[in-house]
Amino acid sequence: MVERSEDNGNDRLTSESLELKVGLAEMLKGGVIMDVTSPEQAKIAEDAGAVAVMALERVPADIRKEGGVARMTAVEIIEAIQEAVSIPVMAKVRIGHFAEARILETLGVDFIDESEVLTPADEEHHIDKFAFKSPFVCGARDLGEALRRIAEGAALIRTKGEAGSGNIVEAVRHLRAVTGEIRAIQALREDELVAKAKRLGAPLALVRYVHRHGKLPVPNFAAGGIATPPDAVLCMALGAESVFVGSGIFKSEDPPARARSIVHATTHWQEPEEVLQACRGLGKAMEGLEMATLAESERLAHRGW
Amino acid sequence: MARIGVLSIQGDYERHEQALERIGAFPVRVLRAADLAGLDALVLPGGESTTIAKGLTRLSLWDPIREFAASGRPLMGTCAGAILLARESENHPVPTLALLDARAVRNAYGTQVDSFAAPADPDSAPGFAGLRCVFIRAPVLTDLGSSVETLVKVEGRPVLVRQGNVLACTFHPELTEDTRVHRLLLSTSREEGSSWTGRSTSGTSTPTSSPGPSTTSRAPTGGFGRTA
Repeated sequence: MVERSEDNGNDRLTSESLELKVGLAEMLKGGVIMDVTSPEQAKIAEDAGAVAVMALERVPADIRKEGGVARMTAVEIIEAIQEAVSIPVMAKVRIGHFAEARILETLGVDFIDESEVLTPADEEHHIDKFAFKSPFVCGARDLGEALRRIAEGAALIRTKGEAGSGNIVEAVRHLRAVTGEIRAIQALREDELVAKAKRLGAPLALVRYVHRHGKLPVPNFAAGGIATPPDAVLCMALGAESVFVGSGIFKSEDPPARARSIVHATTHWQEPEEVLQACRGLGKAMEGLEMATLAESERLAHRGW
Repeated sequence: MARIGVLSIQGDYERHEQALERIGAFPVRVLRAADLAGLDALVLPGGESTTIAKGLTRLSLWDPIREFAASGRPLMGTCAGAILLARESENHPVPTLALLDARAVRNAYGTQVDSFAAPADPDSAPGFAGLRCVFIRAPVLTDLGSSVETLVKVEGRPVLVRQGNVLACTFHPELTEDTRVHRLLLSTSREEGSSWTGRSTSGTSTPTSSPGPSTTSRAPTGGFGRTA
């Protein structure tokens, strides 16, 4: 476990523990992480070439439809999925619910998603992610939110998008917000960074990192609404380094074919001929939701602070 | 300048590209058999070995990579790449290239919570003293054939091995600033196989000082007195 005693934030950000966590995120690059709800689905995802699976009780589209409090997945489901596949297994915890996170860590889950898809447990504080051996991925809508999560110890950032919507528009908005703000910071003078950090609500050290390197200090993936191979390509072209596909696969007509084709398109996102090939014989995509039909209270992306 | 291919189906191939640039080599992405033409060496990066193996099948790259190895040009696999080089794999086996006479046990240390960093054992080859090795859901190489030479050990286990022109590394040299393993690949590609030891001057391992991947381009570490 990470030493928690006297270290200040900067020590934590250069710790060996974080290096190992970010190391796994690096290994997931150029890949597709798929939501699954059973060992059978996990096998389908692995056989299709997924780099990891997210073990869930319900995919986001069903969470949205069925309502109620969405919590951490049952331990037995996670264990059965861990048993079934050799690729990394991720699982979600509620925002701020560090007790759920401790259970996933104890289970040896490879990545913990502190996720807005579940019902938040804390409306002010996210989990202190440095206090865990397991790496965390967190959602972000903009650069300030991404850097706050990194300041808390996230080893991987993903866009929130709008989970379970089958609509890519919010993921695009969030990707463009993050990458656009990074470019804007690069254009600033050194002496303008303090005011920028204040406006973003993000630690100055991390704003300085972005200014110097032109990127986040951890990998940046896309999630929330990816349903087709071109959706994955769009995200990669906008700067995502991998994609999460939630409801998009197992809510479609032919999950194995769709899973394979999204993997294929993600590997070859710069080659239109290959993406075209990936778009053949897919069957029907999941039903999508028009954003305008979603009330503000139904938007999962608004969870998290 | 040496042209080093980096298999870019999936994984941390960009980190290998950055490491190769730091030592003055020219990285080339490889997704097709045609991309192998004119390369001096090939890197199989870290990533998910199941995903990369499926990509190799879809792209019909197994035989072209075997032919590349048969031509005598060096290959290096790190982590997932080392699994793919092995004779066979176990613990959810994946197909392999069988270019290295060893068995790879996948995820042999456990899940991500068991990932770790450790220095090379003192009885490793002299050029690798103090090498800091980062293991991420790493495999273990077992049943090494007699023609496989162990260069680096960690906790008594072989973690960097060589068989002729094939190098297999169960850790991730591409995630640290220490370029000794990549320079070994480069020197192998120049058929200077034995000259790498003792000539390494940057013997200190340098943990990254930033919280994540650094994009700072660094001057080639040099030290070999070679012509680029």
